Amino acid sequence: MIEGIFTGLLGLTDGVQALVTLAGLKQIVMLAIGGTLIFLGVKKDVEPLLLVPIGFGCLLVNIPGSELMHQGIDIGAKQVLEAMGPAAPEALKAMAKDDTGFIRSIYNMGIANELFPLLIFIGIGAMTDFGPLLENPKILLFGAAGQCGIFLTLLLALALGFPHLEAVSIAVIGACDGPTAIYVASQYAPQLLGPISVAAYSYMALVPIIQPPIMKALTTEKERTTTMPVVKRSVSANTKLLFPIVVTVVTGLIAPKGLPLMASIMLGNFMRECGAVTRLTKASENEIANIATLFLGIAIGATMAAEDFLKPTTLAIFALGFVAICLDTVVGVGFGKLWYVLSGGRMNPLIGAAGISAFPMAARVVQAQGQRYNKKNFLLMHAMGANCGGQIGSVAAAAVMLSVLKGLGLI
Amino acid sequence: MDKATFGLTMMVVGIGGTFLTLAILIWSIQLLKKIFPLSAEDGSKANRG
Repeated sequence: MIEGIFTGLLGLTDGVQALVTLAGLKQIVMLAIGGTLIFLGVKKDVEPLLLVPIGFGCLLVNIPGSELMHQGIDIGAKQVLEAMGPAAPEALKAMAKDDTGFIRSIYNMGIANELFPLLIFIGIGAMTDFGPLLENPKILLFGAAGQCGIFLTLLLALALGFPHLEAVSIAVIGACDGPTAIYVASQYAPQLLGPISVAAYSYMALVPIIQPPIMKALTTEKERTTTMPVVKRSVSANTKLLFPIVVTVVTGLIAPKGLPLMASIMLGNFMRECGAVTRLTKASENEIANIATLFLGIAIGATMAAEDFLKPTTLAIFALGFVAICLDTVVGVGFGKLWYVLSGGRMNPLIGAAGISAFPMAARVVQAQGQRYNKKNFLLMHAMGANCGGQIGSVAAAAVMLSVLKGLGLI
Repeated sequence: MDKATFGLTMMVVGIGGTFLTLAILIWSIQLLKKIFPLSAEDGSKANRG
């Protein structure tokens, strides 16, 4: 009996024993990374809604012996094996004993089939007022300029040796749009989903730190202090109502592979503007978006297993993601400077930095920088318009990319 | 397709396609604004809101 108790107690030390191996050391590093993500979310307010569940998922999957991401076999196959009885091959019988882990179930339910990013997009659409963009539609061009970092980073990723589809998935970090990055990576580079998602959300949160030095370096004092006229209200309710439908149809016709992304955000926006389905709008921007965010975060965190995450490619992905967002800002501000010249000095080029999808952070950064150099400068509404353009531009760029890939026969 | 050709194709068609898509959207918005100009009713709704 004493021997049994001793053996039983040894069983309780399995997890600790596993940590003192080489593989265990990697898991300790990942536990520290998971803890850091939780710390950043809770104490530093860095995208807490995402980083807390991602950090927790990372902790769970890196505890030795954790089978939360284990892929079992489906119920139908299990029933067939049971029906075969002793005649079933031993290897298959062993597989049948393994159940699908609880986080793997969440992953299969909403990441593998891209459902969660799309549910979040419906919520984002329901929360977004495209009014500032509709007041001055030409500012939508900043939303295109702000996506150039994606395509320049794609070249860099290819030069570093990443295969075609992995390079595309990494480059989409430059969209500054977490759900879009997850949507593309989950389809075409699921093995890189963890680092791509964490990089995308981390850099989105770091926009207020990354952008200002670039904005200052690329503009002159005169350009930065350029004042912009007050935005006059010129958009009817009917225009706001029809806008999401027009965007869905136009982008769907040009880039149908990206239609789920654009259609989701525009469905949410249409529900908001029509005012006839208030309950659905509120559910989309609250309960549905919150539940999808929680499940998405845990499942993404659980893709950060030590053996998959601690690789040189992870560092390369983080470096490329940083370059992508810097290039977005460089091209955006450069486009703003061009507009400044063409408009005879009436466009503040700082607005160009808001042409990314990080909403409303990028617009707030532009407003803060504008006021820093000229206290009488109120750029917020113009920057919000460019930022809305960035939201549409990021999805349009991803949609165009996917459709070009399809056209090239790569997907 | 080699990586250089792929990268340049994606860059040219990608940037061009994104600008084209958004340019069509700008035109569509301007058309919508012409068809549905801001009415007095819209203004009063905004004031109430």
